[in-house]
Amino acid sequence: MYVAVKGGERAIDNAHAWLAEERRGDTAIAELSVPQIREQLALAVNRVMAEGSLYDADLAALAIKQARGDLIEAVFLIRAYRTTLPRFGASTPVETGKMACDRRISATFKDLPGGQVLGPTFDYTHRLLDFALAAEGIAPPDAPMAEAEPGDMPHVTDFLAREDLIQPEAQDDTTPRDLTREPLDFPTDRPLRLQALTRGDEGFVLSMAYSTQRGYGRNHPFVGEMRVGTVPVEMEIPELGFAIELGEVTLTECETVNQFTGSKTEPPQFTRGYGLVFGHSERKAISMALVDRAMRWKELSEDNSGAPAQDEEFVLSHSDNVQATGFLEHIKLPHYVDFQSELELIRRLRREADAATTQQAAE
Amino acid sequence: MSDYNFAYLDEQTKRMIRRAILKGVAVPGYQVPFASREMPMPYGWGTGGVQVSAACLTPEDVFKVIDQGADDTTNAVSIRKFFEKTAQVSVTEHTKDATVIQTRHRIPEVRLTEDQILVYQVPIPEPLRFLEPRETETRKMHALEDYGLMHVKLYEDIARHGEIATAYAYPVKVEDRYVMDPSPIPKFDNPKLESAALQLFGAGREQRIYAVPPYTKVVSLDFDDYPFDPSKADYPCALCGATESYLDEVIVDDSGGRMFVCSDTDFCAGRQEAAA
Repeated sequence: MYVAVKGGERAIDNAHAWLAEERRGDTAIAELSVPQIREQLALAVNRVMAEGSLYDADLAALAIKQARGDLIEAVFLIRAYRTTLPRFGASTPVETGKMACDRRISATFKDLPGGQVLGPTFDYTHRLLDFALAAEGIAPPDAPMAEAEPGDMPHVTDFLAREDLIQPEAQDDTTPRDLTREPLDFPTDRPLRLQALTRGDEGFVLSMAYSTQRGYGRNHPFVGEMRVGTVPVEMEIPELGFAIELGEVTLTECETVNQFTGSKTEPPQFTRGYGLVFGHSERKAISMALVDRAMRWKELSEDNSGAPAQDEEFVLSHSDNVQATGFLEHIKLPHYVDFQSELELIRRLRREADAATTQQAAE
Repeated sequence: MSDYNFAYLDEQTKRMIRRAILKGVAVPGYQVPFASREMPMPYGWGTGGVQVSAACLTPEDVFKVIDQGADDTTNAVSIRKFFEKTAQVSVTEHTKDATVIQTRHRIPEVRLTEDQILVYQVPIPEPLRFLEPRETETRKMHALEDYGLMHVKLYEDIARHGEIATAYAYPVKVEDRYVMDPSPIPKFDNPKLESAALQLFGAGREQRIYAVPPYTKVVSLDFDDYPFDPSKADYPCALCGATESYLDEVIVDDSGGRMFVCSDTDFCAGRQEAAA
């Protein structure tokens, strides 16, 4: 006998209870605390802050815990929470030239003012599993300390700009459109594209960037500079009439130096790609810079080779992992009704086709 | 949940959505872009409908949610619970008692009234999307009322299959102007798009809202010699005996046994009660 699909409510409650149990795992093992995630899974926390578009390491760590380590799910939790937050205003632009850098490297100059600062990087580690880590309670030896270089760390592209070797960026003081407050509308402009890229899925942006390196919209990038560090965030308070510091954020910034062959009217000059991401997120910042540069083809009067990374509508419509995962996974929802109508259609079409074949055979 | 505003969204956001709804009502069938928010349920799971419902609900409303015609499908339960929690509205499973009905993939069998709002969850609002993937192009096509591509598609269906091979999300023309996607309802439901109720369509991920105001002309696209046919399974409901309702096919054993039952559970239950 047919049992109607009743009891959806109870099934959901039970599923949630089971999920909570699975999330906790074996209770004989100590529970993971939010500060532990924040401190020891910091790069996961950074990714969730960047793609969640919300700079709060504790909330991101909580989201990771709640999401059982599924980072896209954690990003989603942060985005949904973000919806409920009132917006008080906008900060003044952060000045990355005044960044307190933990890391700053240039792939275009061997040495330069401010120096090459390697900082905490995986780059030259040998990727050998460190079984000593499996034994807990061993603190790493203290890393050697040195005085920070006094003064600001100048941007590499400024050196090139002084010689007019790199294209200056268009100066514009109008408030850019806000991706989170206005519907996406094409054609876009660069600020909007950069907003989409910085919160875009790291895997997607990485793959798009990689595709440009392999020839789909190639733009010959050099990492002019990549820097990671903290910058103060300031906000103009109308009642006070001046900006006050609200706190600081860790950012990763990447400026690429790209070839430009020049045109009839302009002599050859380098061009830039730009990446700026919350937290320590090098892969994302570099990827962002490459994709940014690829999407600038029109502005730089380059050919559109038809590469996916050059296509702003393609990239921006598919870079958001909260949108993508939601729509992808929604096909788990019941589709009885649509499927039923398809079923009837296909049965009817097959019946008609069969009848036609039988008739042909008879003739 | 007292930390959240009535119906979850803040008043500014609701105002923004209401403006989009009003524009949609003023231009029936036109897809109004709106700044869709991330909701606590995933995109593709009814966030557009949820935002439209949140913007429409008042504390006095009686809310009903159906998915595939049923009140007790899991996602319908989840959305109903969400509004019970965040808006404390009363809820019902009875179509006639509801003032706001959020639906996915069905229009209730019972005729709706002027006092009701039907809110559709829409996955892909653009009826031309699978003919032209670019939004920049499809918006132009709507602006120019250039629907030739759609007619060619329908014609090709007939040439290939002998009939229009679209069974759900069957395109309609609204007030002789905009071609509109009625959301993935079976084409059986299309005639009910001409309704006394206000019909609102919300596509969260795609950031679009559109509307069919009460008594608006809604015509399913067809050809004179191949008229639109709102077909359904040719059986009566095995539970209530209805012959005029849309039916779900249910597989009852592993040797080809099946039965057909009403997809609209409230309609079916009402008939069974009346018969008992």
